[in-house]
Amino acid sequence: MDHTQPHQHVDPAVAEAEGVEHAHPTWSTYWKVAVILTLITALEVWVYYIPSFVASRLFVPVLLIMSAVKFAIVVLFYMHLRYDSKLFKTLFTGPLILAITVLMALMFLFGHLHVGRFS
Amino acid sequence: MSTAATASHHYTTTGLDNRKIAIWAFIGSECMLFVSLISTYLIYKGRSRVGPFPHEIWKDPATGHVFNPILNIPVTSASTFVLLMSSLAMVLALAAVQNKGKPQRTMGDRILGSSKLWLFVTALLGATFLGFQAFEFTSFVHEGLTIKTNLFGSTFFTLTGFHGAHVTAGVIWLLSLLMIDIKRGLGPDDALNVDIMALYWHFVDVVWIAIFTLIYLIR
Repeated sequence: MDHTQPHQHVDPAVAEAEGVEHAHPTWSTYWKVAVILTLITALEVWVYYIPSFVASRLFVPVLLIMSAVKFAIVVLFYMHLRYDSKLFKTLFTGPLILAITVLMALMFLFGHLHVGRFS
Repeated sequence: MSTAATASHHYTTTGLDNRKIAIWAFIGSECMLFVSLISTYLIYKGRSRVGPFPHEIWKDPATGHVFNPILNIPVTSASTFVLLMSSLAMVLALAAVQNKGKPQRTMGDRILGSSKLWLFVTALLGATFLGFQAFEFTSFVHEGLTIKTNLFGSTFFTLTGFHGAHVTAGVIWLLSLLMIDIKRGLGPDDALNVDIMALYWHFVDVVWIAIFTLIYLIR
C-alpha cells in the first residue's frame, strides 16, 4: 500500500465539473494533524493553570485563537474542505459566519462584549 | 461511466453527489443549532443567583455549605483528547475503505488498511467520551447541580446534553457501518457512505473543540 496516497477515490464528476485534479492529504498529514491538535489542547490546559496569565488580558484572546486554529485544522484536513468543492465550503462557512455574527450581536446586546473586551 | 455506476452515484447538475451536498447542508444547519445553544450559555454566563458555579467557590447562605468550582478540567481534558483521537481513527477508517483491495505487504499496511479496526476504534473512543460525560453529569448531580438548579445548570446540561446526543447517534451510525463491514465488507464503492459518516463525526468533534474552550476553559 502506498502510504503517501491514502485517498485514491476521486469523484470523476467533480473533477470533470471543476476541471481540476483534487489533491488529498497523506497518511503523514493525518498523524501530524493529530499531534498538532494534541499539542494545542495541552497548551490550552497548561495556560488555564497559570494564574497570572488567566488574570491577564491575553488569556481569552489566546484561548479563542488556539480553539479557532484547532477548529480550522479539523475542518480543512480531516473534513477535507481544503481539497473539496467550493459549494461545500459555501454550505459550511455561510451558516457558520451567519451564526457567529448572531452570537456576537447577542453578546453585545446582553452586555457581555464591549469593544476590545470579552467577559 | 457505466449506467450502474451512474445510478449508484447520485450526481447532480453541479457535478457533485447529492448525498454529499445534503450532509454539508445538514452540517451547516447544525452549526446554527450549536451556536444558538452556545449563545444561550454565554448570554446567561455569570447570571446565576445560586451555586454551584463553574469556576468559583460558593457558600450557600441558608445552610453554610461550601460548594467548590464544579468543572473538572483534568477529566474534561482527557475526554477532549479521546474525541480528538477518534477523529484520527475516523480518517484512517475512511482511507482504509478507499484503499480496500490494494496489496498490503507489511504488518503496518494490514493495520492501516483494516477498516474494521479503525471503525471499531472510532466507536470505542466515542463510547469512551460518552462514559466521561456520564461520569461528569453524575458527579455534578451528586455535588448539587442539576438542570433546574440555576441558569448555569440549565444552559450547561442543555448544550452538553445535545452534543452528547449527537455523539450517541454517531456511535450508533459507526457500529452499523462496522456491522456492514463485518457482514459483507466495505470497499471503495462504499467510500462515500463512510465519507458522509466521517464528516458528521468530525463535525461533532469541532463542536466539542468550541465547547471545551468557551465553556470549560474561559472563566
